[in-house]
Amino acid sequence: MTASGAAIVAQGLRKRYRDRFALDGFDLRVDAGTVCGLLGPNGAGKTTSVRILSTLLRLDGGRAEVAGFDVTRQPDQVRYRIGLVGQHPALDEALSGRQNLVLFGRLFHLGRRRARQRAGELLERFGLDDVGERPVRTYSGGMRRRLDLASGMILAPAVLFLDEPTTGLDPRGRNEVWVSIRELIRAGTTVLLTTQHLDEADQLADRISVVEAGRVIAEGTPDALKARLGGDRIELVVTDAADLATAVAQVRRVVDDEPTVDADRRAVSVGVGHRAGALVEVLRALDTAQVAVADVALRRPTLDDVFLHLTGHRAIQEVTA
Amino acid sequence: MSTTLPSAVDLTPGRPAALTDSGTLVWRGLARWRRDPGPLVASLGFTILIVLIFAYLFGGALQVPGGGSYREFLMPGMFVMTMVFGISLTTIAVAEDLERGITDRLRAMPVSPLAPLVARAVTDMLFAVVTLAVLLAAGLAVGWRAHGGAGATLGAVGLILLLRFALVWVGIFLGLVTRGQTAVVAVQTLEFPLGFLSNAFVAPATMPAWLSAVAAWNPLSATVGATRELFGNPGWGGDSWAAQHYPWLAVVWPIALVAVFLPLSVARYRRLAG
Ligand SMILES: Nc1ncnc2c1ncn2[C@@H]1O[C@H](COP(=O)(O)OP(=O)(O)OP(=O)(O)O)[C@@H](O)[C@H]1O
Ligand SMILES: [Mg+2]
Repeated sequence: MTASGAAIVAQGLRKRYRDRFALDGFDLRVDAGTVCGLLGPNGAGKTTSVRILSTLLRLDGGRAEVAGFDVTRQPDQVRYRIGLVGQHPALDEALSGRQNLVLFGRLFHLGRRRARQRAGELLERFGLDDVGERPVRTYSGGMRRRLDLASGMILAPAVLFLDEPTTGLDPRGRNEVWVSIRELIRAGTTVLLTTQHLDEADQLADRISVVEAGRVIAEGTPDALKARLGGDRIELVVTDAADLATAVAQVRRVVDDEPTVDADRRAVSVGVGHRAGALVEVLRALDTAQVAVADVALRRPTLDDVFLHLTGHRAIQEVTA
Repeated sequence: MSTTLPSAVDLTPGRPAALTDSGTLVWRGLARWRRDPGPLVASLGFTILIVLIFAYLFGGALQVPGGGSYREFLMPGMFVMTMVFGISLTTIAVAEDLERGITDRLRAMPVSPLAPLVARAVTDMLFAVVTLAVLLAAGLAVGWRAHGGAGATLGAVGLILLLRFALVWVGIFLGLVTRGQTAVVAVQTLEFPLGFLSNAFVAPATMPAWLSAVAAWNPLSATVGATRELFGNPGWGGDSWAAQHYPWLAVVWPIALVAVFLPLSVARYRRLAG
């Protein structure tokens, strides 16, 4: 580890494909033992940065250090200390789950006996021991993902790269993978996680870097990023559609911000800054005007709101599993 | 975590591991065969089927030079053709590992960059030995015989395997530079002209002059011609310089191919990092 305690340092990374830059001045710093979520639209450069940091891709400019070693000059030192779980599972489909893990263990030079022992431990830990002897070709998507994760941590890596680890999984599969990742995080591994699912970043990441067009355009804790949007919103639904106009008038009277109205849902939404007390004032005003409220919530901006604000478009819709 | 994890510190990174890693990856290849012998058995069955088709179906259609036994004429061509059609096995295996991300996984691990290529070559050569053994047995069964004595026979077998070894490196290179279905098409467009523009089944003398020259200089023809001589089987003869020197060419051609395609493959593998 470097003296500064950073497990990943990237400075001014550039990567060019023909005439365009996939990375163009990409800076990143991830402290040891923390989880960094890389968010960004398709083609932003997330996979490219992960491939450079995991020594798979040569960089055209800048420098990068992982686990204290330079990715260009000391790639093998880096490779002994990282785990990589790519966007698609990379497994030998003909071999069993156990054989895959033994193979990778031996390629990490654990020796035959220790590789076998480690394979057993990992199968158990990822809940795969009952299917360990079956060829991977017969595994479900979630099982493959978990085996892929297990393969990424044969040596208890100092730094783990996860490139969209739950893409294409159903909610249950996603949950299984999250549980596995959380366990790793508890063990002190530094994680760099790219994802299309904002809730995934919210759930797992200590800090988030938003990537667009090959560079990091915003960085911070999820809460800090949300706070940038200027605080909370009240969302309320009136019981009777006839009351909607009255409700909007009352909200306008109490709150400075201009409310937005969704007539179909009989809903009114308004930004209230950091004034949580505004909720009480709005409800009191509505009560006085005898407007019946079916539902009301004070809601934090979501990462999706942050993403929209920063990049000008919504994050990718949840892929239907 | 309950179990103690081996960490990088326990290991001795940086030790030259090309040999160990190659061994491990050959183990992988053998484990795949044990798990899933279907394709191998099918490939061997196909080989036998082709021998039977050529031996019994086309038997009468060919005029054997010097009036010798058709099946004795046939078999050296069959041995060598089968080695040539093995290129696609190699190419597809290499392309599949690239496609499935296995190659990337290995490249992100402290695995010697030579090991995956060496292991591929070794694994495919093991299969080539098995295939050739089956072919020799099939040949004997349909009446083919070697007449040149033990040394000459071993020499012929050696030349056939040497050609296969050279073609393994051609196949590895093709697998590294092409993707998916393109790999299959590319390698088959190579196999057919290489296989048939030769002296394996047709006399180069009966071809148009330029085709005849190509056939005479085809690396395959050198091995077929040389093994016919060593097995004491009938052949076409021919008065081109190449035809007069087949035993030499059967050694020089494969070495030249390895000298070109092995370094190209290694360089290409290193260039996967862009
Ligand atoms: N091998 C390649 N050749 C040419 N261009 C490439 C190559 N790989 C990536 N790119 C380009 O580089 C840019 C960044 O791609 P990258 O895969 O890093 O994006 P990403 O953020 O991972 O996107 P996604 O969310 O779709 O996975 C894209 O414009 C992409 O088209
Ligand atoms: Mg990507």
